[in-house]
Amino acid sequence: MGSLSFLYFGTVIVLTAILVVALRKPVYSVIALLVMFFHIAGLFVTLHAEFLAAVQLIVYAGAILVLYLFVVMLLNVKEDDSYQRQFRLGMGLGLLALAEVVYIVSAAGLPKEPVRGPAAAAAVAGNTETVGRALYTTYLFPFEVASLILLVAMIGAILMAKKGIMGESK
Amino acid sequence: MTPLSSYMILSAIVFVTGVVGVLIRRNIIMILLSIELMLNATNINFVAFSYYLDKVAGQVFVFFALTVAAAEVAVGLAIIIALYRGKNTIAAEELNLMKW
Repeated sequence: MGSLSFLYFGTVIVLTAILVVALRKPVYSVIALLVMFFHIAGLFVTLHAEFLAAVQLIVYAGAILVLYLFVVMLLNVKEDDSYQRQFRLGMGLGLLALAEVVYIVSAAGLPKEPVRGPAAAAAVAGNTETVGRALYTTYLFPFEVASLILLVAMIGAILMAKKGIMGESK
Repeated sequence: MTPLSSYMILSAIVFVTGVVGVLIRRNIIMILLSIELMLNATNINFVAFSYYLDKVAGQVFVFFALTVAAAEVAVGLAIIIALYRGKNTIAAEELNLMKW
């Protein structure tokens, strides 16, 4: 059962990831990425990370992809959508890196089974409660830094995208 | 039960797809989308390790990666809009002002 769901989610994730890179029209790529995010959320659920699955759907599928679609449709570029000249070089380097990683992973001797039973961890406290407790105690300072990053990004995005806010163009 | 290495290989495939996308696409929006692919590949790895080693730290890291990804998208798309306004193109090879 567990490996069957992994097989399904993994196959769809790999296929849609390749579609994102291969499809010529940006809108189709964004839709493929949307399908991939949904299946990654499903994979998170099978890994007992329910909170992150929900966050993945809300933040990635709900906010980030809408932003992408918005910009793709706003710019509406009519250019040739061909690949770069270094197409073959890129594919070769990618396959080389993939072979390397697969070799390292297969030689590393990683654990085959979870260290503790998955039911035991989930039964003590809910996943959201566990993550929240870690976030607000052990990782409190990084959490505050993350909020600062979001603030800086918000100000920076407004500053760059708004016309004439720097006073250079009237 | 699926071994941890299959999750790592899945994540490696998605990551390499993202790298190839950055290398071969002309459109800057597509390059940003490929970077999203790479970020998600690392997220799969983090969650798989968090499950197999029974540590919640991996999930907290995914949370921070999500934050940074959201910031990256906002700033990146703002840069693209500013670029398009200034140069009227978003093809990567046209933007060679700082190329020596």
